[in-house]
Amino acid sequence: MLEHYLSLLVKAIFVENMALAFFLGMCTFIAVSKKMKTAIGLGIAVTFVQAITVPANNLILNYLLKEGALEWAGLGSVDLTFLGLLSYIGMIAAIVQILEMFLDKYVPSLYNALGVFLPLITVNCAILGGSLFMVERDYTFGESVVYGIGSGAGWAIAIAVLAGIREKLKYSDVPPGLRGTGITFITVGLMSLAFMSFSGIQL
Amino acid sequence: MIRKLFDKIEPHFEKGGKYHKYYAVYEMFDTFFFSPSSVTHSAAHVRDGIDLKRIMITVWLCTFPAMFFGMYNVGAQALGYMAENNITAQGDWRFFFTDLLIGYNPASIWDCFIYGAMYFLPIYAVTFAVGIAWEILFAVKRGHEVNEGFFVTSVLFALSCPPTVPLWQVALGISFGVVLGKEVFGGTGKNFLNPALTGRAFLFFAYPASMSGDAAWTAVDGFSGATALSVAASGGMEALQGQLTWMDAFIGNMQGSIGETSALALLIGGGLLVLTGIASWRIVAGVFVGTAAMGMLFNAVGSTTNPMFEIPFYWHYVLGGWALGTFFMATDPVSASMTDKGKFIFGALIGVMVMLIRVVNPAFPEGMMLAILFGNLLAPTIDYFVIQANIKRRLARNVQ
Repeated sequence: MLEHYLSLLVKAIFVENMALAFFLGMCTFIAVSKKMKTAIGLGIAVTFVQAITVPANNLILNYLLKEGALEWAGLGSVDLTFLGLLSYIGMIAAIVQILEMFLDKYVPSLYNALGVFLPLITVNCAILGGSLFMVERDYTFGESVVYGIGSGAGWAIAIAVLAGIREKLKYSDVPPGLRGTGITFITVGLMSLAFMSFSGIQL
Repeated sequence: MIRKLFDKIEPHFEKGGKYHKYYAVYEMFDTFFFSPSSVTHSAAHVRDGIDLKRIMITVWLCTFPAMFFGMYNVGAQALGYMAENNITAQGDWRFFFTDLLIGYNPASIWDCFIYGAMYFLPIYAVTFAVGIAWEILFAVKRGHEVNEGFFVTSVLFALSCPPTVPLWQVALGISFGVVLGKEVFGGTGKNFLNPALTGRAFLFFAYPASMSGDAAWTAVDGFSGATALSVAASGGMEALQGQLTWMDAFIGNMQGSIGETSALALLIGGGLLVLTGIASWRIVAGVFVGTAAMGMLFNAVGSTTNPMFEIPFYWHYVLGGWALGTFFMATDPVSASMTDKGKFIFGALIGVMVMLIRVVNPAFPEGMMLAILFGNLLAPTIDYFVIQANIKRRLARNVQ
């Protein structure tokens, strides 16, 4: 059992890296990776949100939405999965709101550095993607906890690495037409080329 | 006399001259023949004659043992196979020259060498021509200088190709490596991945059949045979030892990419690099330790389904691209970590990754290239944390 969770974790972090294998969450990935410190902060925030929302959405799915999930309320034949997208987003929005208030109060420097990208975690495709992968792959509650942490951590590692590279690239002499986002896209492409070393690992 | 020629044509390339646009090309040839006339004037610089040019040329020269052995080995493998199976000639331009110049005797070093050279030299020539064309284009357009880093990139790229690779793929690979791996970032010293490896990895993923298939390794039509690592991946230790001994693998008498087979030749060149301080011994030591630690871990864990688990680490040292990667590619000063502590970590990371990829990932029995690329990615992050740790430690020291 433990082995299963461990391999799921490794898979979520490296093999199926949210940012570099699926290219999810690109907007924040590229916008907030200029400085290592902010990138790490955002990475932790995303990991945190992901670790809570994926299991929470798992509970919503299993006890409210799935066909036969409302057995306990006497509504055994009702299938509410069409409300899935709506409820997952609602859940994510709520969690992000709480996180935002928490950061504003206790870590104002990070709150200011993240700026608009903090509330934008709500619509970060990596977060919603995590929940949807969880639904698609029929994870149990335990698995969804592990998957939430793993996929969030994978994204966090990717953005930290990108920030490191971009800090180094500050000294580069990039052609004018490619400066800024253009070179970052190329960088991300090359990163994902190197991350392909994990593709094909069977766990 | 050459100096005179250069002096005579120089005005044309100076500002205002009619060929001013091509100054980079002129500068390239000029400084290739003579050392640059501009020297550092300000106070703080290391008093040593060594400059970028000399570093790069040294690395280039250090690949020669591996290159010559590689050519010999390509010929020896192919001619040996042909002698066994009584193949004498195939309709290829190379056989015309073989008939003309040499015979097909696999015992003759000269025959093998020429035969291998006829495979290696076209690859190298294409790599060099296409790559330098890109370099010059960017240099002229962007106004920087063409520099000798490309000697190293081109030779490492050519050495890491299998002998039968089609030449148009060579051209494509080196273009990708030079343009996207290096020039879009502003040229030598400003990239974050090793350009030779970037190009090689691109080819590896784009054309897996001609870069890693069983038919790629020996330069005879219709030949099919696995590299030592693929043999080990499917058959384990027994199958491996049935095919060759550790000494064979160390000297390089086996199939593989042109320049990677002989750990001995690479050790000669690489040892020189480490001695002269061009290649960081910290990185090399890190890779050695990382590979050994991970290898012993895998040996101890063991596995019933995956025969790679039982291969001891000293075999991994001599198989595949390990030696080439460790001495020549991981130590690339541009894409490696900059801090001393970071270099150990960087090396160890590569060592661990190469074992992980080779052993756990069934898709790629050859892991060195991808492990180094992965290390390159993480190098700036490692540096960041090493520096942060330093800052913290010094702060703590001063507060007391």
